[in-house]
Amino acid sequence: MTTIEIQNIIQQELSVETVVEEGIQSALLVPKDHLLSVARLLHEHEQLYFDMLSCVTGIDNGPDKESMEVLYELYSIPYGISLRLKVMLDRPQEGLAEVPSLTGIWKAANWLERETYDLLGINFEGHPDMRRILLPADWEGYPLRKDYEVQEYYHGVKVKYETE
Amino acid sequence: MGGLLDQKFSHGGMVVTTVDDLINWARLSSLWPMGFGLACCAIEMMGSMATGYDLDRIGVFPRASPRQSDVIIISGTVTFKMADRVRRLYEQMSEPRYVISMGSCSNCGGPYWEHGYHVVKGVDRIIPVDVYVPGCPPRPEALIGGIIKLQEKIKGETLMAPKAVEALLDV
Repeated sequence: MTTIEIQNIIQQELSVETVVEEGIQSALLVPKDHLLSVARLLHEHEQLYFDMLSCVTGIDNGPDKESMEVLYELYSIPYGISLRLKVMLDRPQEGLAEVPSLTGIWKAANWLERETYDLLGINFEGHPDMRRILLPADWEGYPLRKDYEVQEYYHGVKVKYETE
Repeated sequence: MGGLLDQKFSHGGMVVTTVDDLINWARLSSLWPMGFGLACCAIEMMGSMATGYDLDRIGVFPRASPRQSDVIIISGTVTFKMADRVRRLYEQMSEPRYVISMGSCSNCGGPYWEHGYHVVKGVDRIIPVDVYVPGCPPRPEALIGGIIKLQEKIKGETLMAPKAVEALLDV
């Protein structure tokens, strides 16, 4: 099953407009407002049955472009097909970007979304346990953001390497 | 000073030595490290302890508790999250206690020195280090060399000199 066929199924069932981005691995760009319904359809549809969420990751396009992306890698074990979902988000000057959580559909999303939150500062609405997963709980900032500035000290220890 | 057993025994098997030498000989011949590894250097450390290099033959074998350990081998990348734990484990060891910093990460941050926001640029920023072992990771020979360096350091120490008491009496 190709990405375009999947796009057609979504169009028929939900009448949601999606965009296919071609590349080495094609991606399906889904509007943020319809992410939950599209994800649920992909999970439950008889011909798709995407029962495995392999990876969630994100991209920061920087403060100039004022956008962020979240990517979901899906796999259907019975049909042996994979799909990349992509969502574009607004990147606020202050605070966190927002996207709905998919933990209600795939349990695997729990830790993957926590990692994306930890490193990129994207809040997954509806996540049961939105805490940092890799960095210490009292760490400041989100390191994979383009405008990240590392803190000078952490618990009294200088962070930067210094030569005289 | 050679090892005690290198000295020729005479006078009916009696050995005359100083208490310092005797205690130091006992301490340096049973340097028990904490069973504690952080990253890929820990694999080399385990290799040093296993059959191939057999650190047991110089009295080094890992203990499961910091309370029973003489030395902590910082074998790998120290992240800021781990740094608090490393410091606590070090504080739980009873004195006299020693630190071997194994590998580039632990010595100075290693490959993470410039962009590793999460890495402590040298474990000596959180606990005092006695011996640095260079390498990425160091081969077991290098780690054994570091342990022998630490033994040499212990040989020159004295636990008996009442320096603290003297200082009190002088006042």
